[in-house]
Amino acid sequence: MSHESRLRIKTLVMVLAMVVCANAGDLMLKRGMSQIGAVQLTAAGVAHAFQLTVTNATIWTGIFFLIGFMTSYMTVLSWADYSYVMPAGAFGYALLTLLAVIFLHESVSLRRWVGVVMICVGVLLVGQTKPRTTEVASEALA
Amino acid sequence: MIRVVLGLAVLVFGSTGGEIAITYGMKETGEPARLRPRELLQFLGRAVRNGWFWAGVPLMALSFYALLVLLSWEPISLVIPASAMSYVVGTLGAKYILGEQVSAARWAGVVLVCAGVALVAAG
Repeated sequence: MSHESRLRIKTLVMVLAMVVCANAGDLMLKRGMSQIGAVQLTAAGVAHAFQLTVTNATIWTGIFFLIGFMTSYMTVLSWADYSYVMPAGAFGYALLTLLAVIFLHESVSLRRWVGVVMICVGVLLVGQTKPRTTEVASEALA
Repeated sequence: MIRVVLGLAVLVFGSTGGEIAITYGMKETGEPARLRPRELLQFLGRAVRNGWFWAGVPLMALSFYALLVLLSWEPISLVIPASAMSYVVGTLGAKYILGEQVSAARWAGVVLVCAGVALVAAG
């Protein structure tokens, strides 16, 4: 396998891990924050919200997934461009919509479908550019 | 209204600033030799000793807290579309701060993704 296609495949695998962890994490956080309710912007209100946040199990599950996201994100950024990884990660929004339609039988508005198509075309456009355009430390040393 | 705009500014500039600092740090760290648990742990060990990583973390934490606060004020269908601006801000940062080559195809992709995310999250 050529160096270029190996780079593409491992970048793709890491971006997929990122997308899964980030979506699971965000979902858990949203659920946890809904349990806590609106935050009052006073010193006491913020302190109270903080206390509720750090003792909420759903929030901690979300944080666990976000650690998985952070690990895959840091790893992929050690070789790939930020301007490649960041838009590619948006594929998660399109994936969530497809999952909602297939498994939850949600009805999706035309506007949202247009958004999904735009994201997919955008990710494909970014995906066919070179994953790395700068030098990497390990290569620079070699 | 002003508090939402300020919150979004903290969210967008905090996350892109933090991610750019972390990208810089990870490029300095160098990629793991292989994607095995042992090499990944060694990589993470080296990564957390990089100063740029620790410059990025508080910025991302600030952005994360802004997200939590915004989500308690406004529906997710408003917060996420507005935060989609970070795709454009982040690409500008990648080009001018990190020196990445952002080709026309990549720019077109970023703009489509940014608009697409806004549409999807708006529902």
